[in-house]
Amino acid sequence: MDLSYGPRYLALREEVRDFIKQYGDQSPRTGGGRKRPDKRALDWQRLLLQRGYFARTIPKEYGGFGLPLDVMELAIIADEFSTAGVSAGIMNQGISMLVPTLLEVGSREQCAKWIGPTIRGEVIWCQGYSEPGSGSDLAAVKTHAYVDDGRFVINGQKIWTSSAHFADMMFLLCRTDADKGKHGGLSYLLIPMSAEGIEVRPLITMTGRAEFNETFLTNVRVPIDQIVMQRGDGWHVANVTLKYERLLLGDPNKLAHRLARVIELMRRTSLIGVPTIEIPEYRDRLLKLQGEVLASKFHGLRLLSEQSRDEESGVRRLIVKLNGTMIAYRLSSLAVDVLGAAGLSYEPKGEALEDDEATTWQIDNMYDIGLIIGGGSSNIQRNIIGERGLGLPREPTANTKSAQKV
Amino acid sequence: MEFGLSNEQQLLESSLRRFLEGELSIERLRKVAGIGTGFDAALWEGLVGQGIVGFLVPEHFGGTGLALLDAAVVAESLGYHVTPLPFLASVVMAPLTLMSFGSEAQQAEWLPKIASGEVKMSMAFVDGAGQTGCNSAWLKGNMLSGHLTGVLDAGAASHVLVLLTDGRAALVDAHDTGVTVDVHASIDRTRPISSYAFSGAKAIILDAAADAHEAATRVIDAGRLVLAADTLGAAQFMFDRALDYSKERVQFDRAIGSFQAVKHTIADLATMLEPCRALVWYAAYAQDALPEEARIMALHAKAHVSEVGREVARLTTELHGGMGFTDLLGLHYWFKRIAFDRQILGAPEYCRREAAKVQGWLVA
Repeated sequence: MDLSYGPRYLALREEVRDFIKQYGDQSPRTGGGRKRPDKRALDWQRLLLQRGYFARTIPKEYGGFGLPLDVMELAIIADEFSTAGVSAGIMNQGISMLVPTLLEVGSREQCAKWIGPTIRGEVIWCQGYSEPGSGSDLAAVKTHAYVDDGRFVINGQKIWTSSAHFADMMFLLCRTDADKGKHGGLSYLLIPMSAEGIEVRPLITMTGRAEFNETFLTNVRVPIDQIVMQRGDGWHVANVTLKYERLLLGDPNKLAHRLARVIELMRRTSLIGVPTIEIPEYRDRLLKLQGEVLASKFHGLRLLSEQSRDEESGVRRLIVKLNGTMIAYRLSSLAVDVLGAAGLSYEPKGEALEDDEATTWQIDNMYDIGLIIGGGSSNIQRNIIGERGLGLPREPTANTKSAQKV
Repeated sequence: MEFGLSNEQQLLESSLRRFLEGELSIERLRKVAGIGTGFDAALWEGLVGQGIVGFLVPEHFGGTGLALLDAAVVAESLGYHVTPLPFLASVVMAPLTLMSFGSEAQQAEWLPKIASGEVKMSMAFVDGAGQTGCNSAWLKGNMLSGHLTGVLDAGAASHVLVLLTDGRAALVDAHDTGVTVDVHASIDRTRPISSYAFSGAKAIILDAAADAHEAATRVIDAGRLVLAADTLGAAQFMFDRALDYSKERVQFDRAIGSFQAVKHTIADLATMLEPCRALVWYAAYAQDALPEEARIMALHAKAHVSEVGREVARLTTELHGGMGFTDLLGLHYWFKRIAFDRQILGAPEYCRREAAKVQGWLVA
């Protein structure tokens, strides 16, 4: 174990600190993402890209900074931005899921065309995976496409498409070969949301906001080269994307940040004239969560270190989403409890950044439920951990003999 | 930057595990548990042979001068095999106490004896270790009197080290005429819990600690850290057994691990348990390398791993069905080990309360 940073890392940390000191006030407020990035966010993004604090390891030809992967550098940069409470750049599904997917399995042309505009925040993506009939059973998607005159013609319906109402593009999983089996007949297409035949309808969630949409596709035509990998490779590509989504959901940096907010809240609020943090019952809950956040944080450090040594993390990587989303939910639950009656007020404004404290925590708490469900719900994660991580036998499917007997 | 065990630590771990696997069959364990002293001479000699007994003792006093992370690695392996040895007091806490509280001459006299395995020390505390019961002890000149409960590793100890409230430590020969030791069987038959009555026992006084309170805290926190690692090892063993069992055991024509109720429980256990290892490693590393984080990390490691350990112990026992409740599999030895570790040197609530104090969240 050597957690000391060599001179090169210390210098990077200083450099990032200086940058934040000098430019930090130009940063947009963190926590946006329900609208298109505004001019302030785009300007900030451009500055981060120039300095290599965003897309640091993405090749220069695709608009990145072109440095080799050094997980410690990335950790230092993330840490400094998060500690300073300054935006570390635009976070959206295009940047965190599609870009790494294209880098892993996309063609050179696709990388050259899409990565630059995506990381600059100019092109916004939405994810066309789930359907009303296929949520957890993603491979059961029914949206289908056939080829006609050099184009895919797509028909079907998607659900839970966040950002679809302002997205430019969608990465979509659809069925292109009905006779190649459940997993073998899928393809992964990139389609413009401006295409004729796409209709987006807002889907109101328990928060009262329209965070998601239903997307209807009727005879949507896209050029045949808009496919990632080949026809029939869709299941593989979708799983590459899901791998990045799982790591994103349950990020220990976010947990540490939220823990800090809860601590600050508990110092500031009081019950019968005593700061809540001094009331044993609340304090013990906070301390339990602190222990869990610390364990997740060092677990994340361990994964990072394994990644830098090219070691396989197996089950350790698979648990991140299940663990992180549950801790996040328990943290926001504590915040809601601590706020008591004052925390019951709920008046969401148009934009998350305009909400008052009580509303923010209530929304976070509800949204955490969404994150527990989204990207593969907790019970699906348990199956993945059990089967892929620990080698437990699969649940028999409906067409196996033993299941028929039951 | 490197988060993980070094090659040397991995070697240490694998050779120790090989040794314990060979030496400590369940029959042997039952036999030692039956004796109730928490000591097995042949195992002890084996640890001496592996250089483990002296590994926190500095090299110039005959040890290997290793760090607490090495102790955590060893403790995890000992816990995995539910090893009956006075590791915590004699190998970890006693040398640290001597190194902080003893003069150069006292260290030169006692540390080599610890490193060679010639003396075995138990540790007793008047205060600050989260122990319950009535404890008091005082020195009159160099004569120790008083009564101390909840004492660690006294079963086969040749000496006892007492941390006093006045900032000194007293080293007493366990066979002195002024010492009466009462070795009680504990829930964990691999480690007894004892009480000492001292009536004018002859004590060697160790009073060279620059900051006695700080030194005592460091010793106790090191103990907590080692207990967390021990619990982690025991919990990992129970998890591994339950995982194997769920793949082998067939009911309703299917391996029980294919049932989601079982699969999900196991997935939850893995999700709780895996991050504990990183927490223990970091906390152990902090004891030597990050003094400003050492306290909070030891307290959180003890509290968190104890909580996870209890869940793992219960649910893995349940997963074995009725067999888990019997003596036949011997799984209960691990269950009880985890239960013992949880209480000793402060239960989770106590540790979290201390952690609140450290962070200034508790008005003194």
